[in-house]
Amino acid sequence: MNNLRRSVLKGAGSAGVVGVAMMAGLLKPGMVFAAWNKAGFESKDMAGAMSSVGAGAAAASGDITVKAPDIAENGAVVPVEVESKIAGTNRLVLLSEKNIYPLLADFNLSNGAEPYVSTRIKLGATSNVVAVAYAGGKAYKAHKEVKVTIGGCGG
Amino acid sequence: MAQPMKIRASLKGDVADVKVLMNHVMETGTRKDAKTGQLVPAHYITNVTCEVGGKPVMDAQWGGGISKNPYLAFRVSGAKKGDKVVVSWVDNTGDKSTADATVG
Repeated sequence: MNNLRRSVLKGAGSAGVVGVAMMAGLLKPGMVFAAWNKAGFESKDMAGAMSSVGAGAAAASGDITVKAPDIAENGAVVPVEVESKIAGTNRLVLLSEKNIYPLLADFNLSNGAEPYVSTRIKLGATSNVVAVAYAGGKAYKAHKEVKVTIGGCGG
Repeated sequence: MAQPMKIRASLKGDVADVKVLMNHVMETGTRKDAKTGQLVPAHYITNVTCEVGGKPVMDAQWGGGISKNPYLAFRVSGAKKGDKVVVSWVDNTGDKSTADATVG
């Protein structure tokens, strides 16, 4: 556990400059809506969606929890909770591998917002729900498989 | 049309637990109408922003993969009782809505 923690801290330090540069670009004053990532949200493959949010090389991390039901009877409403324990997490992205449009949501957090979001998503089929957390300019990911039983016949 | 959203913000220690329920059809644009067989045009929320105590805390981008009548919960540390929570969204047709609540 301690080794992992060390490497995360080291990684955060070395990527600090990138992180600061990113923050400067991301932080916008007031209630201005950020530009919508059209290419990402309209991407129909997982790889394209991942790279559109800068997570193409995201490392798997055990410090991200993705809470979702093992089996969802109704794929139209699947509750998902994501929490990151990586220090300095300032962005969370949610994706679903098998959806027509895999990119679901992209949350930028600031001013004391904790690295936690809970929402409800649509799943087209049994699929991994992938969460990406960003800290110090680096991307980390975790996933949880959700089985979707369309038609409610059980599975 | 934009209908009111519900916001509840409760304080636990110095962390505000904010829960938001929005009213929106969240059409992905890939669903076919059962009667006409035509694709139902995409109509979903694309951007959501949240402010607590006058400071932006969340700036989110959404796709059509968020469920109908979206639910969103998040936590903000350093919040105080009486802080104003403001949530706004805009959808792909330019429709928008804003609502506020008080941390209690």
